[in-house]
Amino acid sequence: MSPKLYPRRENTRPDSLPHMFCPGCGCGQVLNYFLRACHELDVKPQDMTCIGGVGCAARIPVFLDTDALHGIHGRTLPWATGIKMTRPDMPVVVFAGDGDALSIGGNHFIHAARRNIDVTCIVVNNLNFAMTGGQVAPTTPLAATTMTTPYGSSEPPFDLCKMAETSGATYVSRWTTAHAMQAIRAIKTAMQHTGFSVVEIITGCPTHFGRYALGTGDPTKVVDWIKSAAIPKTRADKMDPEEMSEGLVVGEFVNTQRPVFYGSTIYESGDNDETS
Amino acid sequence: MASDGSNPQSRVLTGVHFMLGNYATSEGALAAGCDFFAGYPITPANEISERMSQRLPEVGGTFIQGEDELFSIYAVTGASIAGAKAMTATASAGYNHFQEGIGYAVAVEAPCVIVDVQRCRGENFATQADVMQMRWGTDGDYEIIVLAPSSIQELFEYTVRAFNLAEEYRTPVIVASETTIALMRERLDIPTAEEIEIVNRKYTDLSPDEYKPFAAPEYGVPDFAPLGEGYGTIYSINPHDEEGSIDWDPDVYERMYDRLTGKIAKNRDVICQPRSFAVDDADIVLIAYGSEVRPALDAVQMARDEGIAAGLLKLDAVWPVPEEQIKKATAKAKEVISVEMNIGKYANEIERVVAGRVPVHRCTKNRGIIHSPEEIYRSIKEVWK
Repeated sequence: MSPKLYPRRENTRPDSLPHMFCPGCGCGQVLNYFLRACHELDVKPQDMTCIGGVGCAARIPVFLDTDALHGIHGRTLPWATGIKMTRPDMPVVVFAGDGDALSIGGNHFIHAARRNIDVTCIVVNNLNFAMTGGQVAPTTPLAATTMTTPYGSSEPPFDLCKMAETSGATYVSRWTTAHAMQAIRAIKTAMQHTGFSVVEIITGCPTHFGRYALGTGDPTKVVDWIKSAAIPKTRADKMDPEEMSEGLVVGEFVNTQRPVFYGSTIYESGDNDETS
Repeated sequence: MASDGSNPQSRVLTGVHFMLGNYATSEGALAAGCDFFAGYPITPANEISERMSQRLPEVGGTFIQGEDELFSIYAVTGASIAGAKAMTATASAGYNHFQEGIGYAVAVEAPCVIVDVQRCRGENFATQADVMQMRWGTDGDYEIIVLAPSSIQELFEYTVRAFNLAEEYRTPVIVASETTIALMRERLDIPTAEEIEIVNRKYTDLSPDEYKPFAAPEYGVPDFAPLGEGYGTIYSINPHDEEGSIDWDPDVYERMYDRLTGKIAKNRDVICQPRSFAVDDADIVLIAYGSEVRPALDAVQMARDEGIAAGLLKLDAVWPVPEEQIKKATAKAKEVISVEMNIGKYANEIERVVAGRVPVHRCTKNRGIIHSPEEIYRSIKEVWK
């Protein structure tokens, strides 16, 4: 293990770099974290199937040396379910944007968590619809200015981790691109976890969210904002809810085990011994 | 099912049955090797899901009842890419939701079978109103294979064939079932497993370095590679070249869709196997598909009994359009009658194919009830006078 080593280029798709993410975009960092996690776990994307939908984060699997599904908005988890039921031996990792996981694909997310499919879902949350030009998302903070909320958003945002937990996900954590080492550790834990594992990573989008909502397109200032908004779970647990209503709690929220899903009907024994 | 007296563990329930249409569809799928089914409840397609939920686990397959039809179609395409023979089933309103996923399956060439038990909008009455939505429903350019069975026996046989065509052409194939036959019981003869022809997709012999996931002969079909073994295939709906790389290049786009549409359109004479009844000397040729074939055939017999030289062309695949076979069957006809249980949709295709050579009359019925033979016979007599 070599923490200082640059992410393993051998696990990127040949001739796919440089990537198409904007300067300062967090998607490149999440790609980096995933490669690092694979390296440290000594697993290869070649042995997996990685899934992206539509959006910036959806492009991450395209830069990985892996089998990939791509190009449909919000249907990442139905794909993952069909693949995992057919190839239970093969790891399946989903890279979903916040729009993919919570807006158009929100219902699928709830049911994937409820079923506890053995899939890792990395939700890259840049707090807006970035690929399409910076429109409001279900994760955009209240009152934030976006291209479709020019007077500020009147909609309260989703808390993805709370929804994942109440829906039944068995591993849930949230980190940010200002918490690289913690995010890598969470991805590693999620990939080793049996069951539906969710890692939400708050990422900077200087091009859209930065400029419209934060008033800056400077990547470092966007990361500074993320860092200031992030409240560690240990501290948040002691704060009163009013005080932290604007904050993004980071940490590990769920790490538990229950039977994983292998189809809608219990057959024969009623006790699926493949669940561990 | 137990009353069948056959071994429930078996995929192929060889023997003579008195079976519900929806069950026959499921049994056809199982006989064809279906090992993955995802569905969402909707009448009058529910018995397909119910049968699959019982039978698939018995043969080592997976049944999932999804949260909606979008789940069904994407779970099916995912399972298909992962190697399964996958199917979903719905009724007309549910089919709306499939359209998006059908476009994906077309673009990444994921074989799968989709059953649409057609029903009237909002009610479970008989219709053939989806014949155009099955052809033109999803965005972008594509060709599709749609098989229209007319009996319980054909529900079984066409579902087997749907899987075979899906695997052969790497494409979604639609079984256009109808309320009429889906909820009817009649005799079904299931042959032995050895007597049923099964087609399986071809996997590449090449190494990951040599393999190009979407390279194929002109109007041909690429070989699959297994997931998770280093082949690094991107199954993207975006324009992709032979390597599978997402690439906006007008040449790549044109080449991709030329092959995707050509692989079906250029093989229409092989895919379509319509049957002719008393067509050779017929002055009036009826063209029908699905359950409307049944009263149409009776009407032809009634006409013949009265000395009117009528015949019937029974379509099996409605899409792609069997153009040559329609031309041939109508070559000597003085009148053509398109028989349909909708406002008259496929008649436009028949008019296009015969191109004014012979008048195309429409015998349509759009009131949730199948034509009676007498009604079709009346159309024949009106045309004849």
